[in-house]
Formats: sequence, C-alpha cells, structure tokens
Amino acid sequence: MIEFRSVTKTYPDGTAAVADFDLVIPPHRTTVLVGSSGSGKTTLLRMINRMVEPTSGVIEIDGASILDRDPVKLRRSIGYVLQNGGLLPHHKVVDNVTTVLRLEGTPRGPARERALELLDTVGLDRGLADRYPSQLSGGQQQRVGVARALAADPNILLMDEPFGAVDPIVRAELQTETIRLQRELEKTVVFVTHDVDEAFLLGDQVVILEKGAQVAQIGSPSEILENPASEFVASFIGADRGARALRTKHTDHGTVLVDGRGRTQGVLVDDLVEDGA
Amino acid sequence: MTWVLDNLDLIGRLTVEHLRQCVLPIVLGFLVSIPAGWLAFRFRLTRGLVLTVVGLLYTIPSLALFALLPPLLGISFLSEVNLVVALTIYAVAIMTRFVADALASVDPTVRQAALAVGYGPWRRFWQVDLPLAGPVVLAGLRVTAVSTISLATVGILIGIDNLGYLFTNGYQRQIVAEILAGVVAVVLVALVVDLLLVLTGRALMPWSRKVRA
Repeated sequence: MIEFRSVTKTYPDGTAAVADFDLVIPPHRTTVLVGSSGSGKTTLLRMINRMVEPTSGVIEIDGASILDRDPVKLRRSIGYVLQNGGLLPHHKVVDNVTTVLRLEGTPRGPARERALELLDTVGLDRGLADRYPSQLSGGQQQRVGVARALAADPNILLMDEPFGAVDPIVRAELQTETIRLQRELEKTVVFVTHDVDEAFLLGDQVVILEKGAQVAQIGSPSEILENPASEFVASFIGADRGARALRTKHTDHGTVLVDGRGRTQGVLVDDLVEDGA
Repeated sequence: MTWVLDNLDLIGRLTVEHLRQCVLPIVLGFLVSIPAGWLAFRFRLTRGLVLTVVGLLYTIPSLALFALLPPLLGISFLSEVNLVVALTIYAVAIMTRFVADALASVDPTVRQAALAVGYGPWRRFWQVDLPLAGPVVLAGLRVTAVSTISLATVGILIGIDNLGYLFTNGYQRQIVAEILAGVVAVVLVALVVDLLLVLTGRALMPWSRKVRA
C-alpha cells in the first residue's frame, strides 16, 4: 500500500505543482492517475521513488516513510517504466533488462538467465537479447522497458505515460499485455496517463486530477462514469459526447444503443444484472 | 625524391620522436578535460569560469607559452617538458569545450531513465553519461590529436627535434624536397592517428553505428 498524506510540492519559483494531496493506493491493484498537462500527475508518480522530493507531507510504502530510505536503493526496489521505454541506447537489450540486477551485484550469468525469462514474460523473442534498442520497434522497446522494470521482482510498478508515443494498434496490444501481466504478477501498479480511455481500461482505481493535483474524483471506472462528481469530471471523461454518450433507439427487433456520432454500438438486453464492477 | 630516399632513416627517426612527443599531451589533455568539461557542463557558475579560462589559454601564442612556462615550472627553456606541457595546455583548451558539449548532447530522458532505475550519481556519470557522450568526445579527440601533431613542429624553435626539423633545416639549406617531406610526414602521421582513433571508437561504441535493421 502506498499512502500520500498532505503532500505538497512547491518549486523555487513559487509554482505549486501539488498542494495538500492525500491518496491511498491499494496493493495488488492498478491505480491510474489521469489528468491533462499541468495536473501534477507525473510529479506525484516521481515522488513515490524520490525522483521528486515533496516540500512537505508524508509518503509511506507499507506504513514506512520513504524519506527514511536511501533514494538509490528505494528506486532499485520499485519498477519504473518510462515513455518510449527509456532504454539505455548503448546497452544491448539483455543488459538493459538486467540493469537493476547488475547494479545490485547479481553475477552476469544468473542475471542473463533471468533476463531471458523476462523476455518470455513480456512476449519478446529471446533472439532480440543481443540487439541494441535502436534496432527494435517502438512497441518492442516498450516491452523491454517493462521487462527491465520487472527484473528485480519489485512489488510496485510505476508507469509514466508508457504508451504515449506508440501507434494506436501497438498501444492497444501493450494495454492488453499490461492488464495480463498485472493479473498474473499481482503488482501494485501506479499508471500515469492523459488518456481517459486508457485510464478506464487499465484502472481498478482511477484518480482524476485537476490543475495543481487537486483530486476531482476517485473511484472505479464504473463509479466515475455512473456518477461524475462534477461538471469538470463529466466533461473530462466525455460523458456527454462521442463514444460514451449512448442513447437508446427502438427498432423493430428491439432496443439498440447509439453513440454521439450516430453509430449503433450495441443491443440493449433486458436481463442486465447490476454487478457493480 | 632523391633527398627523401637518401634520408629515410632520418625521416623515420624524426617521425617516431614526433609521435612520442604528441602522445602524452593528447592523453593528458583527454584526462584533464573530463573533470574540467564536467564542471563546465554541470554548474552554471563553473561553466562560465572554466570555458573562459580554456578560451583564454588557447589564445596564448605558442612561442609566448614556451617563454612563460620555464620560470613557472622551474625547467630549462630548451627542455622537452616545455613542449609537452605547452601542447597539453592547448589540448585541454580544445577538449574541455568538446567534453562539456558532449555531456550536454546526452538525451535528458535517458539520464532520467538511469536515475529512475537506480543508478547513483557516480555510476551514472561513468556508465551512462560519459559513454553516451562518447561520439562527441571522440570528435573532439580527433581535432585535438590532429592539432597537436601539427602544432608540435614548433618544438624545433626551442631545439626539440621532431618533424619540424625538416622545415627549418630544409629552409636553411634551401632543399624544397626536405620541406615537402616534412609536410607530407606530418599529414600522414595525423591521418594514421586519426584513423586509429576512429577504429578505436567503433570498437568501443558499437551501439553508435547500429540502426534499425
């Protein structure tokens, strides 16, 4: 469990990136921080591994303040996935994956074994192990980035807009993979994105942020869609337009649902059970 | 041509001398420029200071430097140390700016990534920043090497024998072939050293040439 209590981040020029922020991130679930630029979502994420230090407030992992931990050790104990994979261009794929293990002193042989297993885990061919990142596609680089983050088997995985720069087809593929990995490995995932669809797809808990990391709403995707807390949230998630604004249309064969663009999206069936998921 | 053929061992001996005198300044210049370049890259305050100092050093004429160094270092005016120190100063002056630029050329997102996965500052410098700055550092080293090799010929003016001997001797004795032989020999030495640096760079930085297959 990760907990933010009254966390504030003010930069020397006086800008308040985060003001009095509270959040509980439950273990073994995916929490998505979603907001537009300037919402402080990346700042919040980077506070968890002390890449950004809070000006005041407390951040705890499993009840212990992270400010008592050595920042470098802390970072090695937390997986981090960056946009474009953030791979080291001068290291081969296998060496990128083993980065944390090697920093922690694992011998080369066992580290390489582990890296090859991880390539399997993230769905990459072992034959790519001795390539350089520039020889891989964007999607493959991103998978290597995930493998690297998983290498030391951390409990927590931080993902900083990881799929922002890949094309929509690859993005959909990587999103599905992320869901599969999270189910399989049961990591506590904290995911940052500006894409509401991505947030609703991946998040067990979604945190919608306004400017300055003000929490607009926290809840499951269903809770947020069914009951937007404010005008801001309704407009941000697009509840009133496009693919989410569904209306019923009666036809000779029953009732169908039509989206904001006038396209039929599905058929309304009568025995819909409220499962609250 | 006859002069060249008759004096091949003289040219050979001077070439070896010349190389020997140049290697140390190039190596020292490289080693000193790494911390100096880092200082210029890392802090705004030291950046101005370091770059101004190396800029000024480069403007000192070599003959003036030959006259200045002996009293400062307590060595003889005609000592080879005088030449080596002077060449080292010019090498540092060229290399420092290259190292500072090279470090600045490293993609900030890669540096962020290295921080995020748990590199400490010291390791990050040696294992991430410096290797990734490598291609630009190499470019600087090539300029430094060629410049040092050509500049070293002025050593003859303080009585230090190297390929510069062919210039002054040829001039005094009016042997055009000797002067030309000196020019060709200096260019060849510079080209060979440059080639060696390029090949070393390729061996050490195989990643810098690989592109998507």
